[in-house]
Amino acid sequence: MLMQRSCRQVTLLAAPSRYWSSIPVAPPSLQPRLLLFLSQRFHDIETILSWSSWFKNRGLRQKNFFYGYTQQNYGDNIAAAYYILSLKGGFRFAGQSEWFRSDRRGKFNWDFMNHRDTSIEEVDVSNTLINYTGLENLVKQRGLCTLSVSGCAEVDDWFLSRLHIFQDTLEELDISNCPRISVGGLAALQKLRGLRRLDVSSLPRLQNPGLVAILLEEMLPHCHVTAIGYDHSLIYSHTQTDG
Amino acid sequence: MILSLLGRSALRPNRNNNIFLNTDLENQFKAFREKAADAMPGSDWTPFEKNRSLPPERADIVIVGGGVVGWSIAYWLKQKEMIRDGVRVLVVERDPTYSQASTVLSAGGIRQQFSLPENIHLSMISADFMRNINEHLSVLNEDPVDLQFNHSGYLFLASEKVAHIMEENYRTQRYAGAKVSLLSTTQLKEKCPWINTDGVVLASYGLENEGWFDPWMLLNAFRRKAISMGVYQCFGEVTGFRYTTNTMTTAEGDTVDFRRIKYANVQMPNSLEYQPVECAIVVNAAGAFSGKVAEMMGIGLGLKDTIAGIPLPVEPRKRFIYVVHCPNGPGLDTPFLVDYSGVYFRREGLGGNYIAGMSPEEEEEPETNNLEVDHQFFQKIWPHLAHRVPAFECLKVTSAWAGFYDYNTFDQNGIVGMHPLVNNMFFATGFSGHGLQHSPAVGRAMAELILDGGFKTLDLSAFSFKRIMTKEPMLERNIV
Repeated sequence: MLMQRSCRQVTLLAAPSRYWSSIPVAPPSLQPRLLLFLSQRFHDIETILSWSSWFKNRGLRQKNFFYGYTQQNYGDNIAAAYYILSLKGGFRFAGQSEWFRSDRRGKFNWDFMNHRDTSIEEVDVSNTLINYTGLENLVKQRGLCTLSVSGCAEVDDWFLSRLHIFQDTLEELDISNCPRISVGGLAALQKLRGLRRLDVSSLPRLQNPGLVAILLEEMLPHCHVTAIGYDHSLIYSHTQTDG
Repeated sequence: MILSLLGRSALRPNRNNNIFLNTDLENQFKAFREKAADAMPGSDWTPFEKNRSLPPERADIVIVGGGVVGWSIAYWLKQKEMIRDGVRVLVVERDPTYSQASTVLSAGGIRQQFSLPENIHLSMISADFMRNINEHLSVLNEDPVDLQFNHSGYLFLASEKVAHIMEENYRTQRYAGAKVSLLSTTQLKEKCPWINTDGVVLASYGLENEGWFDPWMLLNAFRRKAISMGVYQCFGEVTGFRYTTNTMTTAEGDTVDFRRIKYANVQMPNSLEYQPVECAIVVNAAGAFSGKVAEMMGIGLGLKDTIAGIPLPVEPRKRFIYVVHCPNGPGLDTPFLVDYSGVYFRREGLGGNYIAGMSPEEEEEPETNNLEVDHQFFQKIWPHLAHRVPAFECLKVTSAWAGFYDYNTFDQNGIVGMHPLVNNMFFATGFSGHGLQHSPAVGRAMAELILDGGFKTLDLSAFSFKRIMTKEPMLERNIV
């Protein structure tokens, strides 16, 4: 039988916690409410739900683990290339003009193995699961010029703070549509002195996108900042006038 | 199974009378089982009506102090227990509004630029924890934790006199794995054109894992997760302990008293009512007020040349933080700048506000009986600020507050470990301004010390009480 929990230890903080979130949330639908109701009363449901989040984390970790074996046997460039292709991203070697990409099903062309000594110049890992730990695979690419992580759900401020590795060579950075980036991470971009084009469009967690775009332009004077996809209209408030 | 589910949840009685009778019987059986369990010894049931806000009568570990260090220890204790409800942890906090707590009044910075390798490792582990904070501290169906971490880094400036210390520290930091870079005057001017590099010979800038965050969010994240794991919270003050004494004689004939705490008296706020909590271990995480808690056990009240005569060298020191507004100040890339004169400032928000402060000299320490701000003290800070950043010549002080450091008068480093004479009191205090940034790592180390008997992941035996007994200070040279 299901193990019953004593309700004494239920998270009674559920009600006040709603005051902490600044973004208004819609009341959750039936299925999450039912799961919460059950997990507060049965230890088994609570354990199963914690397993599911553990599995999700494990999936993310497996996508981003360090390709140490590949690095040892085939060199840093091949390891980075293999990592990008297994994430379903694309890249371009320095000195060449064709891009290596993997298709929707994860299949890719193995020709990149012929270029062991060329470093990677442009990387496009948009809409993938790259995160902070995955960046470890790319740190040896000191000639990286373009990086696009647009739409990546796992790219957060810590990822941006790690980009200082490419501070001399990175010229173009695209971090649009990343739901986890906030102002604290954008402040870390100050180290990228070589940056010429920065795209910070449609970042949902930015509260003052216009101001942040101006501050970024001041912070990186040689860089062109693109910040589209925001609603800059004035908030119209009703004011009552007497008399 | 559906019937038993119905019986166990608080549903209204169904219209169908048959099902109602069945659930009624189930409820009666359940009530009987609960009563039988309550009659067993070790349960919390008493026949007398008791005040709901009193702590339980028995707890395994009582943590005195509900700041970030106390709640971090509570979380890690629950995280490391091997079985469900393995240890009963009680956190006792005196002030439910946290109006005087050092945690919430702190500037909230975290840095790896220390001179002691242990401090560097503590910061690095804590930064790793904060990076994965949602893996550790997320609670089902609650909002994810958002620390509002600003990754702007710390920038330390050194004059001629202290440049060699900065270089040595840089070597230690790099050896320990911190990502720090040294900047010459020209590089500094290029990076921060708003700085006046007069008198600066060398600068040290943290590239990763440095910055500042919201301490209240971290405290609440720990608290919420710990409470969801079953930690008891009580608002009250620990006013005394009941202990047993075991007197032993040394080879020279001196007597030594070994004490063991049996009960911790927790007094309710604004009331004379108190609850003696029977406990196995007491953790002193009371921050600036840990000295008073230690005195309740008689630490420091013995004869002068004995171990019992050495008090806990932690006392509150008042520090001021001023909020200034300067419209033409440095922009989004302002790091947490610490000048060699002791003045520091950092950006606050996006509206041209900064917070600034300075550690006063030993002779000018303000008195600590209240948290009133001395606005005259800012007149000492302003010249240094304006000299370093010319834009700060026209600034306006908009606000100020004061907070306590749990200042370790002996060597300004934390005291972590057991007391030699009180067998079950552990200390996690005296961090002198670094408690917040080290709290996740210290919490884990204390939990390992208590539950595993020794440090497993990070060896903090250098911070034990032993160095205070043998009078060998471990000085940290980069105190702000």
